[in-house]
Amino acid sequence: MKLARDTWLIFQRQLHLLLRNPVWVFVGVFQPVMYLLLFAPLLKPALNAPTQAEAYKIFVPGLLVLLAIFGGLFQGFGLIAELRAGVIERSRVTPVSRLALLLGRSLRDVVSLLAQAVIITLLALLFDLRVFIGDLLLAYLMLALIALMTSAVSYGVALKVKSEDALAPLMNTVAQPVLLLSGILLPLAFAPGWLQGVAKWNPFSWAVDGTRALFNGDISNDRVWQGLTIITVLAAAGVYWAARQFARSVR
Amino acid sequence: MIETRGLRKSFRSRAGRETKTVEAVRGVDLDVTAGEIFGFLGPNGAGKTTTLRMLATLIEPDGGQATIAGADLLKDPGEVRRRIGYVAQGGSTWDESTAREELVLQARLYGIGKAEAQRRAARALAAFQLTEFADRKCKTYSGGQRRRVEIALGIIHEPKIVFLDEPTTGLDPQSRAHMWDEIRRLRTDGMTVFITTHYLDEADALCDRIAIMDHGEVVAEGTPTDLKREISGDVVQVGLDLAATGEAEKLLDGEEYVNRLEVLEEGGLRLFVDEGATAIPRILRRIDGAGLDLKSIELHRPSLDDVFLTKTGRSLRES
Repeated sequence: MKLARDTWLIFQRQLHLLLRNPVWVFVGVFQPVMYLLLFAPLLKPALNAPTQAEAYKIFVPGLLVLLAIFGGLFQGFGLIAELRAGVIERSRVTPVSRLALLLGRSLRDVVSLLAQAVIITLLALLFDLRVFIGDLLLAYLMLALIALMTSAVSYGVALKVKSEDALAPLMNTVAQPVLLLSGILLPLAFAPGWLQGVAKWNPFSWAVDGTRALFNGDISNDRVWQGLTIITVLAAAGVYWAARQFARSVR
Repeated sequence: MIETRGLRKSFRSRAGRETKTVEAVRGVDLDVTAGEIFGFLGPNGAGKTTTLRMLATLIEPDGGQATIAGADLLKDPGEVRRRIGYVAQGGSTWDESTAREELVLQARLYGIGKAEAQRRAARALAAFQLTEFADRKCKTYSGGQRRRVEIALGIIHEPKIVFLDEPTTGLDPQSRAHMWDEIRRLRTDGMTVFITTHYLDEADALCDRIAIMDHGEVVAEGTPTDLKREISGDVVQVGLDLAATGEAEKLLDGEEYVNRLEVLEEGGLRLFVDEGATAIPRILRRIDGAGLDLKSIELHRPSLDDVFLTKTGRSLRES
């Protein structure tokens, strides 16, 4: 009860501050929109897809997962600014739930990611993408869990390193292989065997496969529940670890 | 209100391959009484802020005990948090928020309901003369205004005790004097105030009692007046002609109330005495009785810097 109340308080504040400067939501969505407009048209011939809509069914889910991963991983920068301003310390001397300090922030990130995902989906509809609403909602759940995990991890790391200079290369180092090994830009079906083998160990490649299956209307595909399960477990672990960073005494 | 015994904290720092353990606080005993302004004085790096952050539950002590406002710091930090307020040195407001938003949120983080939080925020804004700027973003405030918001944030839940870490550092003289008044007002409202400072005049003017810290230890504790009296007594400076100086020296050197005597090059004497107020009439009588021409007489009280110098062998101003 106290956790829910505290989380709501933090969430409200963070969302309020975001809405005061909503331009950031659009800045965040700018890059994926560029991919959608300038890169996706290459895919129909490249993937040998029968129609443009087929190519989008493969590309858009990957793009959304990409957005969730990157959007989340870079949230830590905001927290470092808050650390520097003393806002985190001010919260930590109050009896507020430490988990709420994390969840309130991460849930704000999830909401902002979902807003961006809706914008991308609507744009893709203009390019003849068609998805069943039920499948789409389940895909959004996957995205929400990914964003929850990556933003929590980003906050946890930010609390540990406490400086933008350390956070940026760290996050890039993590994000690049994760991105390339998840078949986000092109499906790993094209990959040689060894690369597919390595990618099997990347949880995000399961998430991408699951999301693609959902966009394809293939809800009974095993990759859907497998991807959701893997991401749920990782999100719980990420939140647990990051919440401990909030609770731990920092100098 | 605060009682600590043997509070300790060390940090590990790495320089190259070697890890070094720095004992930031090595066994601090403090007794702070309810309703006083208690000052924690010492040079930068003495361990003041570390001690304060331990008392405010922000870092865990390595050892020792502390009871704060009746709650045990090590066993029940949650209860300590409910009873104390804390205002950090480096600020605590967010540029894009307004003072009112910050105050309402802070009250709510202490579990206060929405309507009551809004009432308290309005009251705090009025008390700190911030109503006019209440709905402007914090980044538009002056240093003094911002500091007032931060103090208001620290006491919005009406704690029994409030910790202020260097509350006047970086303020201009006028804002500083203003801040002293605000801090005295907290005491009038019944709060115990614990401040750290490295300003001697601040400790002297503002604090009922002080503890002087150096190298992680408390080297002296008491009221500013007692501390000063304890170490060096007073200095009486007597202005005389060069000619009269030698004779006055002979007259006063043997007096039992004069602890030490210095001859000034330009003429005149510096007399170190226990209590200037009682020594002056006696000095006057001696000099007058000998028919010497007394030009001036001044009483210097020792400063807290003299106290610091005696206890640590260094001047606070140099360290």
